[in-house]
Amino acid sequence: MSLGIDEPASADSEPERPTVIGGSTRFVPGQSNDRITVVNGKVQLGQRLVDLWRNRDLLLLLTRTELKVKYKESALGYAWSMLNPALVLGIYYMIFKVISRTQQPHFAIWLFCGLIVWNLFNNSAQGSTTVVVGKAGIIKKVAFPRELLAISTVGVAVVLFTIQVGVLIVFLAAFQLTPDWGSLWLLPMALVALLVFTSAVSIFLSAVNVYLRDTQHLTEVALMAWFWLTPIVYPFGQVSSHLAKYHLTWLYLANPIAPIAMTFQRVIYNQTSYIAAKNNPGHAVTPLLPAYGDGWYALMIGIVFVVSVVLFLLALVIFGRLEGNFAEEL
Amino acid sequence: MTTAIEVRDICKQFKLYTEKQTSLKERVIRGGKMPYTPFWALQDINVDIMQGETFGILGRNGCGKSTLLKCIAGILKPTSGEIRVRGSLAAMLELGAGFQPDLSGRDNIYLNGSLLGLSHAEIEKRFDEIVAFAELEDFIDNQVKFYSSGMYVRLGFAVAVNVEPDVLLVDEVLAVGDASFQRKCLDHVKKFQREGRTIVVVSHATDVMRQNCGRVMVMNHGKSITIDEPGEGIRVFLADLLGVGTLEGSESGGIEGNVLHIGAVHAEHGGSGDRMHLYPREPLTITADVDSLAPVPNGMATIAIHDDANELVFASDPDDPSYAVDIPRGGGIVRFHFPEVPLLDGTYSVSVGVRSATETAIFDWKDQVTKFEVANPGRSTGRVDLPLDVTFRLRSSGQTGEVPAVGAEFSPLALPGWEQSTA
Repeated sequence: MSLGIDEPASADSEPERPTVIGGSTRFVPGQSNDRITVVNGKVQLGQRLVDLWRNRDLLLLLTRTELKVKYKESALGYAWSMLNPALVLGIYYMIFKVISRTQQPHFAIWLFCGLIVWNLFNNSAQGSTTVVVGKAGIIKKVAFPRELLAISTVGVAVVLFTIQVGVLIVFLAAFQLTPDWGSLWLLPMALVALLVFTSAVSIFLSAVNVYLRDTQHLTEVALMAWFWLTPIVYPFGQVSSHLAKYHLTWLYLANPIAPIAMTFQRVIYNQTSYIAAKNNPGHAVTPLLPAYGDGWYALMIGIVFVVSVVLFLLALVIFGRLEGNFAEEL
Repeated sequence: MTTAIEVRDICKQFKLYTEKQTSLKERVIRGGKMPYTPFWALQDINVDIMQGETFGILGRNGCGKSTLLKCIAGILKPTSGEIRVRGSLAAMLELGAGFQPDLSGRDNIYLNGSLLGLSHAEIEKRFDEIVAFAELEDFIDNQVKFYSSGMYVRLGFAVAVNVEPDVLLVDEVLAVGDASFQRKCLDHVKKFQREGRTIVVVSHATDVMRQNCGRVMVMNHGKSITIDEPGEGIRVFLADLLGVGTLEGSESGGIEGNVLHIGAVHAEHGGSGDRMHLYPREPLTITADVDSLAPVPNGMATIAIHDDANELVFASDPDDPSYAVDIPRGGGIVRFHFPEVPLLDGTYSVSVGVRSATETAIFDWKDQVTKFEVANPGRSTGRVDLPLDVTFRLRSSGQTGEVPAVGAEFSPLALPGWEQSTA
């Protein structure tokens, strides 16, 4: 009855095992895979992280499944994933460029930079609310790290994000704009921070919605408000002076999406201010982004990253607590 | 021998909400607390399941056996206690669980395999094997939603068994599919047993337990009643849980206004007393009190036995004159004696009646008035304990003259090359 020590036996050691009767050579009692799984009511954060890593194949597969199912029977397929962002882009462009007559050059590119960040977050958060509830059949019958379902919605959003980045690059080439090559290193940092933060939010929402089905509707409304609290359509430079007046800049930047979106704008749009030529005889400078160096952006991203990691771990713990009763609640 | 599964003090509480309200409004109104009745689905379950053992969990519906299996599988988390599982584990709680109808069979094999814990490379290695086992070579790239239910089940089983887990949990899935598929399932279970894998089977079917399991745990109301060999376990299951034994004569089926009434009906057998069941081929006596207000000429006592599926097992000959008697005023006691009861496991109910031997009139009929239970200590299954004598005469390999001493008679039904006879 010694269930004491793990004897890690990797799949690589298979050929050394002796053959067994019955034609199967894969199994030898006591030798094959002496991993011990413990099931109890506690949440073991370390174990959860290990399990997540071990099942990364499954994450890819779940993501692929989500995508396949999403666009399976539609004629346009992945084109649909572009239609929504294109429409949003078109509408804001119409409103701000044609109706409000903003003087900002290449306003579409500006919008695009913020929107791809927002879409990644928005798609994951929105998708995650229903992913656990929608997969009740699997959850009730198979044991696997269920967080992967939530993270797979992030995976789906990342694929769509990649497509949109491709379109953005085409746009940049068409307008002959160049990003700030020297600051390009900020982008991967910002993306990682965004992914961790998005995963944390998605994991949290996916679990909570099992118990409180209001969450999915609440999320929809909250995301709408959140969108306008993030400098995507309007530049940060236009609100910074108002915020500074009330000493609320820190609160505004406490929104983790804000510094990330601003970093994308800073690097890709590559302009921190512009001078409106017409209707502005004084040649006043309109600020878009804080004119600080890369260090400031890196610091902001760093803070977001650290906070996101903490939130991610917290989300895993909450998910673990709630997960215990998924199979009953669904 | 090492333990494959160690179950320690497992308790599982379900919260039964009177009305399931998961809206925020409802929660706010109730201050975050929802009224519920606690229900202990599992209480202090302790068991060590050894490596290579086939272990059965037997119990009625709702006794907690499936909950325990889900806890072992890690699908449900116990409220308290701990389960340690050594090695890889696959649970077959429902075949084809997790199939995405919109995806092809191929994609679903990868998805389902991954859910059961295989890596991409491992599935790739076993892919052809799985497809061949499921006999779906021609349809593997079709969407699963176009599969027939049989194809669906075959694919699910093929994936589950090809995971080749150290510990396999099976929840009554062997009861699905057609006969040939069931045989395939059972063959695989046998193969797993030969290979020394650990299998845990959950069922309420006693014959599955008897045929496959080395040990059986009997559960009732979330508690483990006994852990024993299948014969004894099944006996406990039948005796304690199905509440069999002698029922005092109920009033069901009595015919109003008749002169004759059947009173108390008793079953007596060798197992009366502390053993509430009889073994196959033991004698059984049924006695019935018959009250008569007036003399009844040509009264005939009849008896019928039904099994637990309410199928008629035996009914006495309605035309046998030796059963008939002129019943005087005051009645008497009818005694039905079976010198031996060649029945196997089950609970059997007894109906007793008195009718007229010459007319169609029924004086009284007590439908399923008492029960008796048969528990087979051996491993044979079915309904009837048929007398059996097996003789195998091997074809002598090229030698003449010496003939094996057993079963010397020739049987025309013998298979070519084999000779067999039954006495």
